[in-house]
Amino acid sequence: MVNIKINDKSYSVPKGSTILEAARYAGIEIPTLCYLKDINEIGACRICMVDVKGARSLVTACVFPVAEGMEIYTNTEKVRHSRKMTLELILSTHDRKCLSCVRSGTCELQKLCKEFGVEDEGRFDGEIIKYNFDDSAAHMVRDNNKCIVCRRCIAACDQQGISVIGANARGFDTHVSSAFDKDLADVSCISCGQCIVNCPTGAIVEKDNTAEVFAAINDPEKFVIVQTAPSIRATLGEAFGMSVGTNVEGKMVAALRRLGFDKVFDTDFAADLTIMEEANELLDRVQNGGTLPMITSCSPGWINYCEHYYPEQIPHLSTCKSPQQMFGAVMKTYYAEKMGIDPKNMFVVGIMPCTAKKFETKRDDQAASGYPDVDVALTTRELARMIETAGIFFPHLPDETFDQPFGESTGASTIFGATGGVMEAALRTAVEKLTGETLEDVDFTAVRGMDGVKEAEYDVAGKKIKVAIASGTKNAKVLMDQIKAGTSEYLFIEIMGCPGGCINGGGQPIQHAVVRNFVDLKARRAEALYTADRNNAVRKSHENEAVKTLYTEYLGKPGSHKAHDILHTSYVARKKY
Amino acid sequence: MLKKISSIPFKGTKEQEEQLMAVIEANKDDKSMLMHVMQEAQGIYGYLPYEVQVMIAEGMDVSLEKVYGVSTFYAQFSLSPKGEYNISVCLGTACYVKGAQDLVDRISEKLGIGPDECTADGKFSLEACRCIGACGLAPVLTVNDEVYGKLTGDDIPGILEKYMA
Repeated sequence: MVNIKINDKSYSVPKGSTILEAARYAGIEIPTLCYLKDINEIGACRICMVDVKGARSLVTACVFPVAEGMEIYTNTEKVRHSRKMTLELILSTHDRKCLSCVRSGTCELQKLCKEFGVEDEGRFDGEIIKYNFDDSAAHMVRDNNKCIVCRRCIAACDQQGISVIGANARGFDTHVSSAFDKDLADVSCISCGQCIVNCPTGAIVEKDNTAEVFAAINDPEKFVIVQTAPSIRATLGEAFGMSVGTNVEGKMVAALRRLGFDKVFDTDFAADLTIMEEANELLDRVQNGGTLPMITSCSPGWINYCEHYYPEQIPHLSTCKSPQQMFGAVMKTYYAEKMGIDPKNMFVVGIMPCTAKKFETKRDDQAASGYPDVDVALTTRELARMIETAGIFFPHLPDETFDQPFGESTGASTIFGATGGVMEAALRTAVEKLTGETLEDVDFTAVRGMDGVKEAEYDVAGKKIKVAIASGTKNAKVLMDQIKAGTSEYLFIEIMGCPGGCINGGGQPIQHAVVRNFVDLKARRAEALYTADRNNAVRKSHENEAVKTLYTEYLGKPGSHKAHDILHTSYVARKKY
Repeated sequence: MLKKISSIPFKGTKEQEEQLMAVIEANKDDKSMLMHVMQEAQGIYGYLPYEVQVMIAEGMDVSLEKVYGVSTFYAQFSLSPKGEYNISVCLGTACYVKGAQDLVDRISEKLGIGPDECTADGKFSLEACRCIGACGLAPVLTVNDEVYGKLTGDDIPGILEKYMA
């Protein structure tokens, strides 16, 4: 510990802390903009400047380490003046169309300008470089006119091991773009959206598809079905100011019903269905000498990564469609038939934690009925905007329950939203199938937690099964390189494209950097899902009644010819350059 | 300044690729050698086109964007090839006040290329350089190693003519 003074008060803080961390231990807030805990710590934006007694000039609190006897002042006239001027300089090249900006209200630059009393946003107006929009990608739009070059997106992309975006040129010309300034659709971006959730302003946003959904709802010809991914119930509340980790399943269903969807179903059903198909596929591969280890295919960000960066390893991917796509496929075949609705008039919307899901809906071999399995994938944020637009006061909604039969879910499917969840769900079913005995303890805790790479070994019916889990594509690389080198010891691998899994997906509500310094978003959101799992009487995928009925009435058994036609897909090798 | 990316097709040879691969092989275990490898690559090819940057990215196991970021940050790296005849017009203070900009404009007009560009036939490239220490001859330009001094715009057609054949 070292003894320091902040604003004339004495504190003892851990050695090696930065001034920013020390101040936070002391309960003193220092504003930041480019700083993002564990992701971007580069001292670039100069907002966190503080006065240190004896120092030549103001120092950046986010990277400056404390020393014994240091005296720090965080709120002097000089400090306030410096911060305000920095903001005014940032504004001089910033496209200030705040009123129509999707980040208005959640923009960190806007918030700081208010806090520091910036009076004249045009004080330093001068030369401006006009950047073109990049709306080439299926999932997002980049508007560099709103970019403040804080590099949080670059750090996020780097953390994913992708680095398709970076700072190019220098000085005043410095801008964030891809190699040879190519459009995002022309580089090996995996659409994970981690850049979006880390952007402090409106420079990177998801492509908004809410208008298409409103139009479908208003179209009397269309039978509009909505499905919500497992993790949405754990995060949607945040968009309405509720605390991180609040499970809002009931209010979410109520809101969707009020938005006018004809049926409000749960993707959880399809997650259970995925387990049935995936478990069967794994067993088949083991018995018939198929490619092992088999790797999950739920996460479209991960699929894109595999196709772009490890195309030669595609045979390891499970051929199962993702739960979103399985759900849509079942709707437009089995359910359409059952209800006597022409699948042409069925419109399926997925509420997803994910921007890559937008890309996924447009993939080939994802149209079991001849029509796209899913018409539109919306992010959690887009759903929140629809709820606001419709004038629905979310926190006051009653709790309602999903429509049946596809509102049926198990605890196993709910935990799909956290890293390790698919593995745990698969183990619950596989162990019971292989041993033929009822599994009493369904908690496979070794596969839980937020570590980037996890492994576990289980003894099942006298056979040792070794499995691994990775979340975040940089961690996936570790397991993929083992496969490439022929040293992989695993039978089954779960990979999620985003660090922590879907609960930290690129489509989730954006939390201010300051909140993220204190709250472990991933752990809190995951806990909401594990709690829901514990509270569910049914915790194994193969016990989902709707899934059982689907097999008896329509598909026959897992892996049947019909199941293959409807629930499985294929992949394509894509280029890295 | 934003660098111009050449649209002239890449014409690298097998020998050049072998040279570059040898440089990469010797440096690939140390990512901090990226810039050194890029300097060597520019020595081999004269510039750093897409194809060369891909080879460097792949060989050094860094993303293509990282290579591109470095290539656009440092003035020493060029994204445009040098022509058979590289025309370098001095824009140092003495040459500039003696009308060097007019030389650049006349060459641009005559060849249809701007600074840091190369003609489609690969014959001429144009660049503006800093003081070359021949202020007594201002304004001055060089074509490869030949120096031309005390020029006016009207001298340009004659000089270019010499290399056109």
